[in-house]
Amino acid sequence: MLTYTIRRLILAVPTLLFIALVIFLLLELAPGDPMAEMPLTIPPEVKEKMREALGLGQPWYIRFYLWLYQFFVVEPQYWIDGLFGTNFADGAQRIISFQSRSPVFNTIAERIPQTLWVVGMSYVVGVIIALPIGIISAVRQYSWFDNFGTFISMVGFSVPTFFTGVLLIVIFSVNLGWFPSIYDTTLKVEDWPSFVKQLKQMAMPVFVLALYNAAQISRFMRASMLDNLGQDYVRTARAKGMTEKVVVLKHVLRNSLIPVVTVIALGVPQVFGGAIITEQVFKVNGLGQLLIIAIHGNDVPMVMTLTFIFAVLIVVFNLIADILYGVLDPRIRYD
Amino acid sequence: MTETTQTQEAIPVRNQWWDVWDQFKTHRGAVIGGAFLIFITLFVLLGPYLWQVDAQKLDIRNKDMRPFYVGLISDVKWSWSRPLGTDHLGRDIMANLIQGGQISMAVGWTAMILSLFLGTLIGVLAGFFKRLDGILMRFTDLVLSLPLLPILLVMMLLFRDPLRAAFGPETGIFILIVSGIGITSWMHTARIVRGDILAIKEREFVLAARSIGTPPRRMITRHLLPNVMSPIMVSATLGLASAIITESALSFLGLGFPSDFPTWGKILFDSVDRMASFPERVIWPGLCISLTVLSVNYIGDGLRDALDPRIRGL
Repeated sequence: MLTYTIRRLILAVPTLLFIALVIFLLLELAPGDPMAEMPLTIPPEVKEKMREALGLGQPWYIRFYLWLYQFFVVEPQYWIDGLFGTNFADGAQRIISFQSRSPVFNTIAERIPQTLWVVGMSYVVGVIIALPIGIISAVRQYSWFDNFGTFISMVGFSVPTFFTGVLLIVIFSVNLGWFPSIYDTTLKVEDWPSFVKQLKQMAMPVFVLALYNAAQISRFMRASMLDNLGQDYVRTARAKGMTEKVVVLKHVLRNSLIPVVTVIALGVPQVFGGAIITEQVFKVNGLGQLLIIAIHGNDVPMVMTLTFIFAVLIVVFNLIADILYGVLDPRIRYD
Repeated sequence: MTETTQTQEAIPVRNQWWDVWDQFKTHRGAVIGGAFLIFITLFVLLGPYLWQVDAQKLDIRNKDMRPFYVGLISDVKWSWSRPLGTDHLGRDIMANLIQGGQISMAVGWTAMILSLFLGTLIGVLAGFFKRLDGILMRFTDLVLSLPLLPILLVMMLLFRDPLRAAFGPETGIFILIVSGIGITSWMHTARIVRGDILAIKEREFVLAARSIGTPPRRMITRHLLPNVMSPIMVSATLGLASAIITESALSFLGLGFPSDFPTWGKILFDSVDRMASFPERVIWPGLCISLTVLSVNYIGDGLRDALDPRIRGL
């Protein structure tokens, strides 16, 4: 298992390098020029100097190397400095956004809490409602509950999140006035009323994403439970005289959770990607919205860094899912 | 033995697709989904002939009309000649839905066909030619670990202007969106097809075909492709659904078609700012997208059951 993990970790390095290269070259083709917004009265030689100051003068492979160096060496140094008060970075050049002229990672660090709160919470809520629904659907296969659950999950992954979000806003914030339609990031939770306010503004985005996630996970849970319910060991357990509760919750559930856990791990990066749309609907200023703004503003370093972070998430969670599968299921041995 | 041959003779020879159709008919959701898909396709195809209102005609005097069901119960500006109301420039919403539907469906179908073609090609090549297998599947894994939605957004932004200049505003964006969706969604089809080809390649009929000297090209088209039709058809339905959703998501994020060129997602996006006063402008295009995707997903569900010989026999 350990050698497998190490091998996969080593393999992840060229994968990530290749992905970084693909994103970099794609952005390299960009016709958009960060200097396009500058006044036309600036003389050409000054403009050329400004371009060089932005680091655009060199050929692409040098800039790619510099970006890699900044991402993997300089930024972690700044991070460690911030944590322990050391001085590893020593004033080295950081990745600078074209739009705000401030380090990209500072902006990202400001945006991460909102995304984590909304997206993370919705994933947790989605899993919590999906698991019982999947279990009951499988145990009572073809009952009205199962049929209803099938229908809801079909609706859940057919209806796009931007429509569910807009529909909820029309119903609950325009007509009923229960929840605010815009996520207020400046809100600080200090006492009970502000906590309630935070809950209220999180309710709709979390519900939208949770419905979408729960729809998929509950299907997996149901299929996995059904696979296991037909196995011989279930018949043995029943023949031994175990109660149905013990059979389902102790024997079947534990075995059925193995593939579901890996599906849950694989879904995490997709949730971050899907949150781009939900954040746009509810005006949550998280990572997804930052990406959209950066794309519209031709902010190449920001787009590059954010997209690469999404890619890292995908690679890391793929790895976690594979390793978890091996750890949880003793029949799977990679070595 | 004689008994079985007799009963076999008694049953008339039937194409296997009739069995598939019989099984498909028993799936109620799939039948309703199929009926709805036919209805919405006819709605967008024949709609312009039945509802002859120009979708792009500005009619400022008749702007901001409400739909008839609001007009009948409360005192607002409405008219039977504009049953679903008009937008802030007086354009008829019904005509826009029809025109937008044509584009959304066209994008969905073309992107799905492109992604199926790519997926099947790569899957067949990887499954049939052992030398290509490793490299093609590594490539598939790599593409799968790219963050697809952000990359699609970046592609939209980068290639919008050159393609517009080359093919005109509408065709250029159409080509861009279709190829963007196509080349970011072929991976699952490729994996499924490769797996099936690998399994079929070991069967006796392939050995027999090879022993009489069938060249690889005919081997693929005559013997392998017909046998992987079922998984390809199932992933076609999934591909159609996800292509429609991706296109409307792109339009919703403001990186799809230009706004004088409506699609369902674009109409929805343009109306979000004023949805408090005019909820119908959001709800109708949203319903069109959702119901179309829902019906396609149900068809996929039914097809999967119908094409699975283990279930079909029962």
